Amino acid sequence: MPQRRVSKTIKDINRRIKEGKAVVVTADEMTNIVKKKGPRKAAQEVDVVTTGTFAPMCSSGAFINFGHTKPATKAARVWLNGVPAYAGLAAVDGYIGATEPAEDDPLNRVHPGQFKYGGGHVIHDLVAGERVTLRATAYGTDCYPNKEFKKKVALDDLPYAVLLNPRNAYQNYNCAINLSKETIYTYMGVIKPNLGNANYSTSGQLSPLFNDPYYLTIGLGTRIFLGGAIGYVIGPGTQHNPNVKRRKNGIPLGPAGTLMVMGELKKMVPRWVAGVSMLGYGCSLAVGVGVPIPILNEEMASFTGVSDEEIHTQVVDYGNDYPKGEGTKLGQVSYAELKSGTIRFNGQDVPAVPLSSYIRALEIARILKGWIEKGDFLLSEPQELLPTASSYHKR
Amino acid sequence: MYSKMLSLRFPKKIVNEPVAVNLVKKFDLSFNILKATIYPRKEGFMVLELSGHRKNFQKGVRYLKGLGIKVESIGQDIKRDEETCFQCGACTAVCPTGALYIKRPDMEVIFDRDSCSACELCVSACPARAMKVRFDRSLLY
Ligand code: SF4
Ligand code: SF4
Repeated sequence: MPQRRVSKTIKDINRRIKEGKAVVVTADEMTNIVKKKGPRKAAQEVDVVTTGTFAPMCSSGAFINFGHTKPATKAARVWLNGVPAYAGLAAVDGYIGATEPAEDDPLNRVHPGQFKYGGGHVIHDLVAGERVTLRATAYGTDCYPNKEFKKKVALDDLPYAVLLNPRNAYQNYNCAINLSKETIYTYMGVIKPNLGNANYSTSGQLSPLFNDPYYLTIGLGTRIFLGGAIGYVIGPGTQHNPNVKRRKNGIPLGPAGTLMVMGELKKMVPRWVAGVSMLGYGCSLAVGVGVPIPILNEEMASFTGVSDEEIHTQVVDYGNDYPKGEGTKLGQVSYAELKSGTIRFNGQDVPAVPLSSYIRALEIARILKGWIEKGDFLLSEPQELLPTASSYHKR
Repeated sequence: MYSKMLSLRFPKKIVNEPVAVNLVKKFDLSFNILKATIYPRKEGFMVLELSGHRKNFQKGVRYLKGLGIKVESIGQDIKRDEETCFQCGACTAVCPTGALYIKRPDMEVIFDRDSCSACELCVSACPARAMKVRFDRSLLY
């Protein structure tokens, strides 16, 4: 029987989801399906591939509005549990950033600093239903005379709270090693001297942007899993850089695409928005993100069929080169090697250490798969795709 | 940054010495007193968390011992808060005994308590702060 070319629309797929007929698989299942049956057959059979990632994502934060006080206040400075929030917005609006440490944090004065509590922890506490202390000071105006207030608030008390992360789900990141003679404490974790370990942060074949490397289905308005609830991609994230070197399969060799995402904080689940403290570096927020990839055609099937063996990254020395601002690429490793637990570098076996949780990433891909299968989650049509690589059109 | 829970037993004669203040002034350490009692026979007992540079910490403890204070470390049991641990694997970089390791290929991070030497290196290296030092709380009551 001659096989027809596959071409589906998001509408077609949504119809099948509503009828309970859509075939949804996780990205690691898709890898096997494409390997066994080839992209054409896979595209005929599968409608949606779900992805997931769970790792510290520093460029995260929440917009909150805390409602007017009596007498009224034009908050000029705002703290949540002692962590400063950005208050250069309207009278009772603020933005709490994930990496903001508590104001009295000793930082790195005793190195490496602990960074026990920061914006990421505030966001987690709010989502976990805890009450946090909100303090604001003001200079006082005719319309807003009050100069200071302090109260305990829970997430439910806030009239408005939205997680808005300027950069999440980085498509590929460096593998960090340390060629210096001292242990270093970085955003890539603790790295021991003289090639003591090699740290990496990705969920590999499960990672959203490795499954759509040219962003052919993702853009403004893409509905996603965010922090345990429904969220949206609202555009390219900061540092989105599609034009990096790529392998033939489209997978970039270094940091490339990123997502700006947004979702209602009140619907999120504490398991998927966790405050973290990176020793000697700072506070952050681990965020769970899962993107559904519609299998519109054979090309998308073949992209989502990518395996850890086919995803590579650059090895960079964070002991000497990186702090100088030189990200000299010392070599390449595949995620299959990294996931095996040891990589070979300069004739030496180096233990590979993940910062991104593969287990949690898989859990996200499975939850999202469940939502779609049950018909609780429909795919959305992005209004504008993320900027792609100029090399894509030359393929 | 190094931090440990210590129990101090003071002999009678130095109960009036500003020991804690000296730890701060002379050795740049910070402390958090969890319990302080003076017993009827004028002996003192204190549980405190002492933090600072590892070298200063050691000097501070030497200073205390030099005064005739009996110093004991009481944080010896390490536990993982399973709710908080999000199974990343970052802790495997620092664990010297292999008590924290990754089961492959499923990438589950295992904590094998029997292999743990209670070195506490994972406690501050864990981004989620899921590795907790348990100390004998009965000392506090
Ligand atoms: S570093 Fe912490 S959160 Fe990560 S696996 Fe180890 S104990 Fe769990
Ligand atoms: S206390 Fe030391 S030996 Fe025990 S798990 Fe932590 S790092 Fe490993």
